Amino acid sequence: MANPTPDESGTAGVRTDAVDYMTDTRPIASEPAAPGCRKRDPILVAKNVTRAFGGINAVDVEYLEVPRHKITALIGPNGAGKTTFFNLLTGFDQPNSGEWTFDGTSLHGVPSYKVSRMGMVRTFQLTKVMGKLKVIENMRLGATRQEGEKLSKALFKNIWGGREREITRHADGLLEKFKLDTKREDYAASLSGGQRKLLEMARALMADPKLVMLDEPMAGVNPALTQSLLDHVRNLKSEGMTVLFVEHDMHMVRNIADWVVVMAEGRIVAEGPPAEVMKDQAVIDAYLGAHHDVDLGAAEGIEVLEHQLAQDKESVVGTADEGILGHGITEQDGRDPDEGRDRKDAP
Amino acid sequence: MGLLFALLAVFAALLLSAPAGQAQTMAAPLSTSTPAPSPAEPTGTPESFPNTISGVLRNAGQPVAGVTIRATGEGFSGEAVSSATGGWSIGVPVQGTYEVELDVSTLPEGVTLAEGAQNPRQVTFANTSNAGAIFPLGAGIVVQTQSFGELLVERMLAGLSFGLLLALASVGLSLIFGTTGLTNFAHGEMVTLGAVLMFFFSGLGMPVWLAAVLAVLGGGLSGYLQDSGLWKPLRRRGTGIIPMMIVSIGLALAARYTIQLFFGGSTRQLPGARSPQIELGSVSISQNTLISLVISTVVVLVVAFLLLKTRIGKATRAVADNPALASASGIDVDGVIRIVWTVGGVLAGLGGILWAYYRPGVTFNMGQQILLLIFAAVVLGGLGTVFGALVGSIIVGVFVEVSTIWLEADLKFVGALLIMIIVLLFRPQGILGRKERVG
Amino acid sequence: MDFLNILSGALGEIISPTTAAYALAALGLALHFGYTGLLNFGQAGFMAMGAYGFAIATLTFNAPFWAAVLVALACSVAFAFLLGIPTLRLRADYLSIVTIAAAEVIRYIVTTNQLTDITGSAGGLNGFAGGFYALNPFPEGTYNLGFITLSARDLWVRVVAWSVVAVCCFIVWLLVRSPWGRVLKGIREDENAVRSLGKNVYSYKMQALIIGGVFGSLAGILFTLPRSSVQPANYGTELTFFLWTCLLLGGAATVLGPVVGAMLFWVVLSLTQGLLYGAIGAGYITFISIPQAGQLRYIMVGVALMLLMIFRPQGLLGNKKELVYS
Repeated sequence: MANPTPDESGTAGVRTDAVDYMTDTRPIASEPAAPGCRKRDPILVAKNVTRAFGGINAVDVEYLEVPRHKITALIGPNGAGKTTFFNLLTGFDQPNSGEWTFDGTSLHGVPSYKVSRMGMVRTFQLTKVMGKLKVIENMRLGATRQEGEKLSKALFKNIWGGREREITRHADGLLEKFKLDTKREDYAASLSGGQRKLLEMARALMADPKLVMLDEPMAGVNPALTQSLLDHVRNLKSEGMTVLFVEHDMHMVRNIADWVVVMAEGRIVAEGPPAEVMKDQAVIDAYLGAHHDVDLGAAEGIEVLEHQLAQDKESVVGTADEGILGHGITEQDGRDPDEGRDRKDAP
Repeated sequence: MGLLFALLAVFAALLLSAPAGQAQTMAAPLSTSTPAPSPAEPTGTPESFPNTISGVLRNAGQPVAGVTIRATGEGFSGEAVSSATGGWSIGVPVQGTYEVELDVSTLPEGVTLAEGAQNPRQVTFANTSNAGAIFPLGAGIVVQTQSFGELLVERMLAGLSFGLLLALASVGLSLIFGTTGLTNFAHGEMVTLGAVLMFFFSGLGMPVWLAAVLAVLGGGLSGYLQDSGLWKPLRRRGTGIIPMMIVSIGLALAARYTIQLFFGGSTRQLPGARSPQIELGSVSISQNTLISLVISTVVVLVVAFLLLKTRIGKATRAVADNPALASASGIDVDGVIRIVWTVGGVLAGLGGILWAYYRPGVTFNMGQQILLLIFAAVVLGGLGTVFGALVGSIIVGVFVEVSTIWLEADLKFVGALLIMIIVLLFRPQGILGRKERVG
Repeated sequence: MDFLNILSGALGEIISPTTAAYALAALGLALHFGYTGLLNFGQAGFMAMGAYGFAIATLTFNAPFWAAVLVALACSVAFAFLLGIPTLRLRADYLSIVTIAAAEVIRYIVTTNQLTDITGSAGGLNGFAGGFYALNPFPEGTYNLGFITLSARDLWVRVVAWSVVAVCCFIVWLLVRSPWGRVLKGIREDENAVRSLGKNVYSYKMQALIIGGVFGSLAGILFTLPRSSVQPANYGTELTFFLWTCLLLGGAATVLGPVVGAMLFWVVLSLTQGLLYGAIGAGYITFISIPQAGQLRYIMVGVALMLLMIFRPQGLLGNKKELVYS
């Protein structure tokens, strides 16, 4: 179980009462909220982490600090690089450059299984429970410090039997909390999608992690279960764990996130408390595209759009390459195709 | 599954129609009396041995008959007398090393061994059931030593020819893997089938070109039947790729020994198997090898063109890349797979015919012999990529042939296999393959 | 046609040392594939390592029996290690091809004429089992077990072979119900999930490869003892595929499956062979000859493999719910 940390005021050695993580209102960031701002108490620090695939930067994070004992949401449109970033941090992929530390220890080049042992566990977008093992066996697999997992000790039950009993007790406790205890002896393949998500989360907790990284925990879960999942994630914080999760579900983000980091095209474009970040223009642009506020229903709207696009250097509208994009929209209305259009120099 | 039982019925029917008393079996891991693994004792007349040492005697272009050649080794001794065409052949029980000696006392008047010709000489089998020995007579073949460069070029040409005929089979295998996920262990038998059919058709008296065309069409038909009768129903059932792979192993075993049932265990030659050497400058290459090189190059180019420029080719590449996505964009995935199997069968059949001219010889397990090389080529290039299969095949072919400069002939396949293992050490997805993303 | 003879011959296969060798090698495969998901198609190579290691140590280096066995096992461990380094990072399909390649490389090496002095090349080696039979406690004579009569040598070889199988089965049983075994079962389903739980997947796979390979090499030694001879032609891919048939027949992810599968395999093979040969000899069947009947066996195995994977992939003793690959 998580140990409460002493008060940040530097009175080390003096045991104060446990800080209630749920009601802790101290500021999360030690600077004004902006991409790459420093945090009062970071658990994870990433610097210049990049990953390129054939010339395209999938991830290009200049600086990021993840605050301890808080729930941080990592949001962004599809293809923004969130899962790739997760893979890089947890050792499931190799970056082109970058350093990152967890609790002060550098993780660069550390293989994924060691990262997990240090207290940083992750779940996957596509749930990875072992369908051919029973639920309780899945849970036991998540435990650490079981000497019976070593070949030299595996043959002698009297060496590992005691720890196995402890692990089973811990597992049963978690299963009860996640309301999966009735499924204990069932093969995990027989669980529903939402139950598998719960199992994966419960299994990740067997290791008593410090940082739990959830990759789209709500994906594919039926709406009736989302509240229960939300409660479980909130519970993690109350027990002193730090949570970093990737999500598309804004409801969840608004509901439980203390801090939001927005990624787009591999870079961090915004950071801050949920309410502020949602209103940030850069975030809206990232999600909806730069010209989202044009009303395409009205005829003027189309002209405005064409005008904007023609000014836009990256747009082909107005050039010889525009194909059907430029003309034809107004032509179909019977209007003069040249009306309201800027002509660019033809190549 | 009705089709499986139909398959069994076909086997049974084939058995009932197989002519009894076919030629000897090869040394089998199971003996004929108890299941303890040991090869069958050599019995019967020397003609019925599965392996042969052979050659042709010519003096100034004229065949020399009546000369005795003796082979000793592996606890065995045999001899043969050259026939009117100058050809001689000694059957031996085991592949290995033999000392072959020409009895000069049996040479006709005025005919002598050429200067510098080795007699007796060592002959070593190189994993094929026929080993050759040439005794130059009279002026004979001028036994000149070659420069290393010339030897290298010769070997590379031979390797290129071998690699390209491998490519014919590898491309089919890679496409089948890419579109269906199946590692087809029965691909070797499609190769064998091409050669066996060609032997059969030319045995009926057909001209070589017609026999070849029919054999290749037969290969295509076998591919078509395999997909429609076995693989598509299994895919429908949702069979996993590992069970399918094991099914292909079973099919390979059954097909191989059914072929042996009809064809017998010995090696036979296709018409025109002995071809003259052609001199290209200071490098000599057998005419058959050259023709094979030209044919496979043309076919490979045609296949490449079809894949790159035609609609069906693009659809095939799309399915090989991502079947679900291809299906969602309206491509008839099952139809594409059927075509892949049929064309794969055609290519494998052609590869088999060329392989039969290369070895030379048609044997019931000739496909199995190069199956591993085909796999090595495909894995080296990247499973599922067509151009990877091509590149991999050429590398494997050239490696196999060039390595004979340093390695003994019976180890020449080892080099190619080791190269595959080493490449995978550094690049687990092959040269042109793609790494899979986690998560 | 002597039905009694054919039947007793077939039943004799149940305790035959060859069956024991197949059972042990298939047990190794069960650990590789059934429990860890490693597609090892080179088990014939491990058997060759064991057989040749033992034979060469005895003949070329005049090692006493136990030393020769240890040498064979050491070679096996080294081979597994060398094999594992490049292959355990590969996907399943690549692993299957590379393991076959490795086994064939071994076979080429022991067949090549360069090393005839040590390996006997195509002819193989004989006469190295003296040390083994010197340990035979059974006095000379014949031993009647009802349906079969054995000499002292035959009895000794069977007792040893099946004892080894029993001990290895026990070890595997202990291992797979331990936490170590649980990690293996996790790996066979999803390696990345197991990594995310803090286990060094590569190390586990290597351990499984080595243990299963050692079983294969022990099986290789047992193989050669009855006739005191080893021949390279026996260690080709056909042997591997026969082992896989035994494994899948019995149930890949079970401890007794390989044993039951091997027994069933040899009984059926012996029975059909006996019946066929008898029928041909007696003139009941005229459309095939004796050599062709031998080929029929391979066809049967091939068809059996296909039917097994299509209709009953879990084999006789397996549990469909635990079947990872279907």
